[in-house]
Amino acid sequence: MSLDRRQFLAWSTAAAGAALIPSLRLVELAQARSPQEAVSSLQRWGLLIDIAQCTDCEACVSACHEENGVTGHGRPATDAHWIRKVSLRDKRTGYAQTLPLMCQHCAEPPCVDVCPTGASFKRDDGIVLVDKHICIGCRYCVMACPYGARSFVHEAVSGQKADVPRGKGTVEACTLCVHRVDRGETPACVVACNRDGGAAMLFGDLNDRSSEIHRRMRSEPSRQVRADLALNTGVRYQGL
Amino acid sequence: MLRVAVALLVAVSSVAALADGQQASAGRVAMPRITIEKGEACVAPTGEMRRDHMKFLLHQRDRTVHQGLREPRFSLKECVDCHADRASGSVLGEKGFCASCHAYAAVKIDCFECHTPLRQRESAGMTGKPGKTQ
Repeated sequence: MSLDRRQFLAWSTAAAGAALIPSLRLVELAQARSPQEAVSSLQRWGLLIDIAQCTDCEACVSACHEENGVTGHGRPATDAHWIRKVSLRDKRTGYAQTLPLMCQHCAEPPCVDVCPTGASFKRDDGIVLVDKHICIGCRYCVMACPYGARSFVHEAVSGQKADVPRGKGTVEACTLCVHRVDRGETPACVVACNRDGGAAMLFGDLNDRSSEIHRRMRSEPSRQVRADLALNTGVRYQGL
Repeated sequence: MLRVAVALLVAVSSVAALADGQQASAGRVAMPRITIEKGEACVAPTGEMRRDHMKFLLHQRDRTVHQGLREPRFSLKECVDCHADRASGSVLGEKGFCASCHAYAAVKIDCFECHTPLRQRESAGMTGKPGKTQ
């Protein structure tokens, strides 16, 4: 069988196209990472919180603490809190706002800078975590965090969730529900806010141009809390 | 003749006493009671698991925490799901798979200060397979 030049070109183009289709599909599936695939800096997970939609409820707080097995001892000064509702009030006008505040998952996290053991680290996909295996409980990160997002576990813990180990003598904070994100799910606070709250929270990949969070952040104004610190936070607010 | 009989009696009784002594000393040590609750084989040969399980866990924990690799093979969660005691659902406690052996070896086990020692998946695959005791 002999091939003329035109036929060869047609076939090779078709073959190249066929080879491209699976790779296009891979881009689509990039969100659902397989357990054998390490996280990559191609993604950066973040939250967009629209304060105008944020109501007085505590759905995000209770969902977070339920999901992560964060229980208190009735001692607010020392109990761990991964997310809390902050109330703001303009003294002159009396205009009051409320917003959820948690680890802001900074691109330049001060907690990572000060950690003496490397326990505080930023994962390649932008999630800031504590490796409790090597945390010595010095609490430098607690002092360094401008958002007061980190807590120290003062007392022995029991009844932990299988996906969320917690123990006395280590520091912890919002993990952006990393165990859920690794399964391709959305953090518990976002799910609860959309279900029971004012649907103020949106979770997504800040690097993915096709994501809803990217679309909204490029078309609508949003702010970082303490933008003056230039930490490039992964959690952004609207209406602040 | 009498002398020989007495000598024989003394010898027999001393051997019996020695055996008794050995048994008693063995009884003082809490031998590990290892019951395999589920499945026929672990993720690696038994000898390898006994020698190196802590290395596997150490390696896997870093991969999971830092790289987000949640492979089931050496995951602590999977260990607990298979090895938790059928009655208590835990790997700790007197009959606990981890605790009984660690008590025997006098090696403090830190994993469960933070991780839950309880089985999460409800006895999937456990039905009909008798537990194997070693």
